[in-house]
Amino acid sequence: MHAPVARPPVDLEGMCYAYGSGELLRPVLRDVCLAVAPGEIVLLTGPSGSGKTTLLTLIGALRAMQAGRCTVLGQELMSADEAARVRLRRRIGFIFQNHNLLGFLTARQNVAMTLELLPGTNEQERLARAGAMLEAVGLGDRAEALPAKLSGGQRQRVAVARALAGEPGLVLADEATAALDRQTGHEVMSLLRDLAKQRGVPILMVTHDPRILDLADRVVAIEDGRVVAG
Amino acid sequence: MFACVLVFMQFGFRSALFDSATSLPQALRAELFLVHPLTQALFRSEPMPRSRAFQALAVPEVASAVPIYLAQANWRNPVTGRKRAAQLVGLDAEAGAVDFPGLAALVEALKRPDTVAFDRRSRPEFGDVAGKLAREGPFVAELGNRRVVVVGTVELGASFGADGNVVLSETNFRRVMTQRLASNTDLIALRLHPGADVAAVAARLASVLPGDVRVVTQAELVAWERRYWEEGTAIGFIFNFGSLMGLIVGMVIVYQILFSDIATHLRQYATLKAMGYSQGYLQRVVMGAALILALLGFVPGMLLSSALYGLVAGATLLPLHMETPRAVLVFALIFAMCITAGLLAMRKLREADPADMF
Repeated sequence: MHAPVARPPVDLEGMCYAYGSGELLRPVLRDVCLAVAPGEIVLLTGPSGSGKTTLLTLIGALRAMQAGRCTVLGQELMSADEAARVRLRRRIGFIFQNHNLLGFLTARQNVAMTLELLPGTNEQERLARAGAMLEAVGLGDRAEALPAKLSGGQRQRVAVARALAGEPGLVLADEATAALDRQTGHEVMSLLRDLAKQRGVPILMVTHDPRILDLADRVVAIEDGRVVAG
Repeated sequence: MFACVLVFMQFGFRSALFDSATSLPQALRAELFLVHPLTQALFRSEPMPRSRAFQALAVPEVASAVPIYLAQANWRNPVTGRKRAAQLVGLDAEAGAVDFPGLAALVEALKRPDTVAFDRRSRPEFGDVAGKLAREGPFVAELGNRRVVVVGTVELGASFGADGNVVLSETNFRRVMTQRLASNTDLIALRLHPGADVAAVAARLASVLPGDVRVVTQAELVAWERRYWEEGTAIGFIFNFGSLMGLIVGMVIVYQILFSDIATHLRQYATLKAMGYSQGYLQRVVMGAALILALLGFVPGMLLSSALYGLVAGATLLPLHMETPRAVLVFALIFAMCITAGLLAMRKLREADPADMF
C-alpha cells in the first residue's frame, strides 16, 4: 500500500470536480495538476470560490472523486471506496479553520483521540505520546486543561499537536490561522512548519492570509478552478 | 424513565389482574377438578349435578370428592348498611380441599348454622369486618337476605371478578342461596390417594363420567381462568396496548434526546470522521449513548415503580409486586426501545459530512 520512494505524497493530474447536476452543474475544478514533494510546504491561495477548499477535501479523501487521477500517500483515490478513504484519512493530519477540539476532553485527551485509531496502542501509551506531542508545541503545562480554558492560539496549537500526533504522511490545513491575530498566527504556523520539517511531513495549506506566505516552500495560486501560478 | 414507569405499571396491573383472578383456583388443594364444560370463569360458573362427585369416587384412586359451591350474593356493609355483591365460596372446610390462610382455625365455628368467614383482603367498601370482629367478637351481618354470624376472617384477596369473598359451609351456602338447586354444584375438587398417576386417573374419570363435566388438573384450571381474562375480556389487550403506547412514547423521547445531541455535536462528529473514525465507530458511540439512556431510565424507573406498586396495592388490594422476571422483561423492552431510537437517530449521523469542515 505504501508508495514507491519516487512517488510524491500528493500527485494529481487532470482533476475535475463539479457541484450540482443537470442545468445546475457548476464546475469548480478544471483539469488541476499538482504535486507535493516529501517534506514540502505548499500554500494554496486564491479568491473565494476558486475551488481551493474543494481541492483540499478531495485530497483529504473527505469527498469522492469525479474525474482525473489523484494519488495520495500511494492510495489511488479515483477508485477508492468509503472504507479505503476512511483508512487513508487516518494517515492524514487535518487542521481546521476552527480548532474543532472536543470540549469535554482535556487537551491531552483530544490529542490522544487521533492515536486511538492506531492499532496496538493502549490508553496509557496514547496519553504519554499525546503529552509528548503537547510538550513539542509548547503546551506541556496545559495538557490537562479543557479547550474552553485555553486561548485561541493555544487551542490551535493543540490542533497542530493533534494533527501531528498520529505521525501522518501528510498534513492538510484550511485557513488554520484565519481566526488568530497576526503574531499568534505566525507563531502557530512557524511551529507547524518546524515540526513538519523535523519529521519530513509535507503540508498542503489553504490560506488567503498573506502574512504567512513567507513560511512556504512554494505558493500555488488557484483561480476559477485552475492552477494559475506555482 | 417515564416510559419505564408506564410499562412497569401496565405490566404490574396486568399480572395483578391475572394473579388475583386466579387466586381462588390457586388456593385449592386437590389434584383434579370437575367443572362444567360451559364454565368460562369460576365467578360465573355453570352448575353441574352434585352426583358427579359421588360417581367420581367410583375410580379407586380418588380419595375424596369435595363439591365447592360458588355464587355471588349481596353483602350488607355492617358499618354503612350499603349492599355490594360478594363472592360466596361454599364448601366443607374440614375436607382440606382449600388452603385459605385462617380457615383451619374456623372449621368448628363454620359448622354452626348461619356462620360465615369473611375475606379480610376484600375491598374496603364491604366495611371494616376484621376491625369490627376484633373489637366486638362474632357479630351479625346480612348476606343475601339472611342474617349470618361472622365468626372469623380468612385471606383470599379481591379480584377483578369479585371485590370480596365470603367462605361458608355447604349447608349455610344453601341457606343463603335459597333459589339454588341443592343437587347442583359448581366445582368438584378430587383428592387422590398418594402416588396415584394423575394423568391416568383423569383419563379414566373422563371416560367414566358423562359429558356434562370436564376433568382438569389444577394447572389447567388456573390456565383456563387466566385465559378467560386474557382472551375473553378486553382487559389483557388494554394493558398490552398501554405498554406499547408507553414504549412508543419512550422511544420518541429517547430519539429526540439522541437526535438533538447529534445535531448539536454534528461538527465534532464530522471532525472525528475527518480524522478517520468510521461511520461504524460513531454508530457504536450513539448506541452507547442509547444504552446509557436505557440504564438511566430503567434504574430510577424501577425504583419509582416499586414505590408505586406499594401505593397502588394499598389502594386496590390487588397483588402488585416487583417481580424479577417482569423487571428483566421490562428492561429488555426498554433496551430494545432505546436501540430502535438509536437506530433512527443514526440517520442524522450520516449528515455529519467531514467535507463541510473546511
